[in-house]
Amino acid sequence: MTATASLSASSASRGRAGALAEAIALPLAAIAVSLVLFGIFVALAGAAPLAMYHQMLRGAFGTWFSIQSSLSRAAPLMLTALCTAIPARLGLILIGGEGALVLGGLAAAVAATALGPAPPLAVAIGMAAAALVAGALWIGACAALRALRGVNETISSLLLNYIAIGVFSHLVEGPLRDPASLNKPSTAPIGEANALGQLPGMTVHWGLVFGIVACVVAWILVERTTYGFAARMVGGNARAAQLAGLPVRRLIVAAGALGGACAGLAGMAEVAAVHGAANSSLHAGYGYSGILVAFLARHHPLAIMPVAVLVGGISASGGLIQRSIGLPDAAVNVLQGILFVVILASETLRGRFAGRWRAWSGVREPARAPAPAEETA
Amino acid sequence: MTAGLGAWGVPVAVLGGALRVSTPFLFVSLGECLTERAGRINLGLEGTLVMGAMAGYATSVLTGSPYLGVLAAGGVGVAFGALHGWLCSLPRVNDVAVGIALMLLGVGLAFFLGKPFIQPVAPRLPTIALGRWSDVPQIRSALEVHALFVAGVILAVALGWLLRRTRWGMMIRVVGESAAAARAIGYDVERVRLLATMAGGFLAGVGGCFLSLGYPGSWNEGLSSGQGLMAVALVIFSRWDPLRCLLASLLFGGAGALGPALQAVGITSGYYLFSTAPYVLTLVIMIATSSARRTLPGQPGELAGAR
Repeated sequence: MTATASLSASSASRGRAGALAEAIALPLAAIAVSLVLFGIFVALAGAAPLAMYHQMLRGAFGTWFSIQSSLSRAAPLMLTALCTAIPARLGLILIGGEGALVLGGLAAAVAATALGPAPPLAVAIGMAAAALVAGALWIGACAALRALRGVNETISSLLLNYIAIGVFSHLVEGPLRDPASLNKPSTAPIGEANALGQLPGMTVHWGLVFGIVACVVAWILVERTTYGFAARMVGGNARAAQLAGLPVRRLIVAAGALGGACAGLAGMAEVAAVHGAANSSLHAGYGYSGILVAFLARHHPLAIMPVAVLVGGISASGGLIQRSIGLPDAAVNVLQGILFVVILASETLRGRFAGRWRAWSGVREPARAPAPAEETA
Repeated sequence: MTAGLGAWGVPVAVLGGALRVSTPFLFVSLGECLTERAGRINLGLEGTLVMGAMAGYATSVLTGSPYLGVLAAGGVGVAFGALHGWLCSLPRVNDVAVGIALMLLGVGLAFFLGKPFIQPVAPRLPTIALGRWSDVPQIRSALEVHALFVAGVILAVALGWLLRRTRWGMMIRVVGESAAAARAIGYDVERVRLLATMAGGFLAGVGGCFLSLGYPGSWNEGLSSGQGLMAVALVIFSRWDPLRCLLASLLFGGAGALGPALQAVGITSGYYLFSTAPYVLTLVIMIATSSARRTLPGQPGELAGAR
């Protein structure tokens, strides 16, 4: 009796260890394959792959300066990745992070102007609140269209990106333009006093803390609360969840709003810490790279943090590669695209290595549940 | 320029724009229609479109022949379609996610490889002057139609006939409606889907080279503004019917031409807002035609959204 119990416990822990080992090893293998493929591509384009990777490593993590630059880029990526990852737990593929970021940044800039002479802390809170609400409304609306009308959320969220950027450009170059911004139309500057400062001893701004806190909170929410359990149940089988009495529609809208709020906050951090006003620098593609981060991390909030640093590092090294190797700056986009394709293809191998692990460790146990529906559907 | 027509310049310009701007919509939506009828969604056609635009332009610059450019664009489209079709045939790989990945990869690759071709001028595709009867220059220029548009119209009719009246068409429809039934008949489901995705990629690539070799007729990184994506939405609106894809493409072309047309007559204040018209229109149409009951009339049963 006791022996069986201890055996089953150890087999369960071994199975979990196998799954964890696979969850780490498979993405690493996919990254290695992507690097080889990209190296071949670079060689065909007439550059030396090893020299390129050396420069990339130097540009991403080689010096304290480049590490800080990578971390600064990782901050918005964590938040925009959550915009895809949180709804993904319910089986939605929402890719509207770019639009929510842009509108969040705009709302933050407007809030800073409206609050004007208030103390900096109040202005910061007002900016963050405005950005959270703007992002939540934008992506929440997209999720509501899915829940209430059955509108394909992937296409509608991508369309909303274009609409958001159009509205943003109209307002920044029209009604909200600061007449003093001549070359690059911008909103009125938020002011030195209201700028979001840097972390002590670093040039990395506080947005990184926002990102880390948001990821941890999202992890607790998804994995450790009844809301998260209900959300994962919807992701597994929406109809079963409905029959079990779960408010499926409300869960979907809430997940969209939460994800959108995260992306909106990324916009606020970019405005308050980097640009000092809302202008066209805001739509720099963080929303799209965030999609890649979310899929690389398999929508796991804790895994998003290291993956965001990696992808942030890749994009930070783009400038150095362009200068020293002479490759076009789009080289970074090509690498990201290859990485994305390979990581999705690697899904097909998932579960096979866990089986090997069990066979190797000599323990029989019932077949594991298949992967969540968002990957298989 | 519009002095002769006054305010009438706007509808004429919108008409002319509809005939020009609609062509990429038409090709991409026909391609996507074919792929979706076989039961798979390819969201990556935006990437294929941009790659096609780049490959067509580059080939035209290097060889001096825009027709070879069209072929090259179609060939690149086939390659991307094959990659999508192969990846999706692997077990547990999500076709929507692969589409997003290929969209980002295609756009990145096109910008990377197309960098040297931004400056050179390529020979462009010829146009057919349908407006020769008119003395009004605006009408003449509005009816300056590209050969590819005519080809697209013929293709829409041909594709409708192919799907409805031929053995191949039936095979594609069976595979799209029920993979189990298709297997029972003895069709190779994965192969039909792979070929349908490759053919869809070909059309999307050709649609892309219209942007660089037809209208607007140059290659740069801001060339496509989501036409490939809107075309995917347009297929839903067209109820997976090639002939309705033609009508919807004309409608979208007109909406896309609205911003520049208003700018030409001096209404410039809301330029960015008018330029979002096609996206807003797409969204409104999607909201109006979707249903909470999920399955739409005409929707292939095997599509991811239908299950």
